[in-house]
Amino acid sequence: MIEVKNLSKHYGDKKAVDNISFTVEDGIILGFLGPNGAGKSTTMNMLTGYISATGGQALINGIDILKDPIKAKEQIGYLPEIPPLYVDMTVKEYLDFIYDLKKCKLPREKHIKQVCNVVKITDVYNRIIKNLSKGYKQRVGLAQALIGNPPILILDEPTVGLDPHQIIEIRDLIKNLGKEHTVILSSHILSEIQAVCDKIIILNKGQVAANDTAENIASAISADNKFTVRVEGPRDKVIDEIDGIAGVVKITPSAEREKDVYDYEVETDGTDIRRMLFRTVVENNWVMLGLKSSELTLEDIFLKITMGEGIKIPTKKKPAAPAKAEEKSEDKKNDKKEDKKPSENKNKKKKSGGKK
Amino acid sequence: MKAILRRELVAYFTSPIVYVYLAIFTFFSGLFFTVGCLSAKTTNMASVYDSMFVVFLVIIPILTMRLFSEEKKQRTDQGLLTAPVSITGIVMGKFLAATVVFCCGMLVFFVYALMLAAHSAVQWQLVFCYTIGMMLLGMAFISIGIFVSSLTESQIISAIGSFVFMMVIYLINSIAQLAGSAISGRAGLWISNAIASLSFLTRFYEFTYGILSFSAVLFFISASAVMLFLTVKVIERRRYR
Repeated sequence: MIEVKNLSKHYGDKKAVDNISFTVEDGIILGFLGPNGAGKSTTMNMLTGYISATGGQALINGIDILKDPIKAKEQIGYLPEIPPLYVDMTVKEYLDFIYDLKKCKLPREKHIKQVCNVVKITDVYNRIIKNLSKGYKQRVGLAQALIGNPPILILDEPTVGLDPHQIIEIRDLIKNLGKEHTVILSSHILSEIQAVCDKIIILNKGQVAANDTAENIASAISADNKFTVRVEGPRDKVIDEIDGIAGVVKITPSAEREKDVYDYEVETDGTDIRRMLFRTVVENNWVMLGLKSSELTLEDIFLKITMGEGIKIPTKKKPAAPAKAEEKSEDKKNDKKEDKKPSENKNKKKKSGGKK
Repeated sequence: MKAILRRELVAYFTSPIVYVYLAIFTFFSGLFFTVGCLSAKTTNMASVYDSMFVVFLVIIPILTMRLFSEEKKQRTDQGLLTAPVSITGIVMGKFLAATVVFCCGMLVFFVYALMLAAHSAVQWQLVFCYTIGMMLLGMAFISIGIFVSSLTESQIISAIGSFVFMMVIYLINSIAQLAGSAISGRAGLWISNAIASLSFLTRFYEFTYGILSFSAVLFFISASAVMLFLTVKVIERRRYR
């Protein structure tokens, strides 16, 4: 269990991490997501006691990392962004050293062998780390974190620089580790976070922009009142007709797909217009080639939260409690602001720019 | 601490640094021995020990330059500082490793003494007194080197920095004189004495006169302790930046 309370880190005037709070329950894989400089690594470094916080508190299984660092550090296995490898040593020597450094009590030979098996580095066991490929180095770094079998693992971008095959392997590995450990991992790779993590914290400019499961975050800001329809027919006419359907707020055509075939992005006020839409198309003797709701991927969410708009999504406690997206900045130039109550399946659309 | 000591020793002896260090050490001590004892036909080795002071200014930085600089540069300090060990333990481990290597170099002096003993009687009490003095001096210099190494990522800057630091210490007697003559009256005398009391050279010469004085022993031990303490503080402080 990790509790973070109002943690801040300032570098001079710059607030690298600005008053963040969150809790990680036991046995959860938590993903830190955020653009470069969002404060992911800084937060991790504070949790592991590498740097100290300007303010606030981090409790590792109830132990304050600054008050009793040695005891708190015993609980943590940490893989920093750059694995702390002594490249002149062999894997064996290095892991032996880490074993001694952590004053590990488990049976030496057996434990190290076991860790090597888990991260699949047994075949390079006697090689010098300098000569290993990036993927292997990363795995040795992971092995280092696993030595001593700490209950909490903190992994800073564990898959960076690996090939797709290795990425999948490491992901599976982390998933397996998550069964017995509490894991925090950070990544730029959204699909990775989505695939591996139980919960996600999106950091932006040193603040927690979202803290929830992937699905909840998605439903909080995704727009199921938006869909894409592909119609074969004269463009302007199609736009006019669809715009005429009750409930349509906005329709925007995209590039021509085939001759006379366009994708139209249709936004509604929440009423289900799919049937009406179909009929309209048929009545005009056009052909509907596709209809799909534009579901936001984590990528869209990520971009939405971290770019320009700076939305903040409060954590949903229970599905009954409506979540409101609120704007962080007072800047009214933002062209869109979404405010939605997903639990009631009733959508409202607000525009601060110009209402249609 | 033990883990770090062991690792540092392995790192020393698997890299060329130690061999360069030992080679230079043996070369100069051998040279001074040949000139000071063999040619002069004496068993008094004091001059050999005396002369080594200047050599230390150059070779001890070789030993200490990478200790913290390299960790910082390779980011391996992140592994150490997030491991359940105290910073004091880390610093002491590194200090002891360098001291062990330093003592390995010192062994050659016993070879010299044995060579002399084959021809004439050697005053072993004196040899031990000199050796203790030199070890204490070496430890103080090593802790200075470690301190400078903790300040920078660059091994070169670390080496040059420690060299300059030790050079200033070497020149303290002259600095004290200068200060004494620049400032007139009692204040000048007082300042001059204060500076001179920091002199490593004067304390070290006590040993080579054959005096095993408690104050000199204490002086070098406290000098090492102060520098190691400052190193711990530097590393601790880095976390707050």
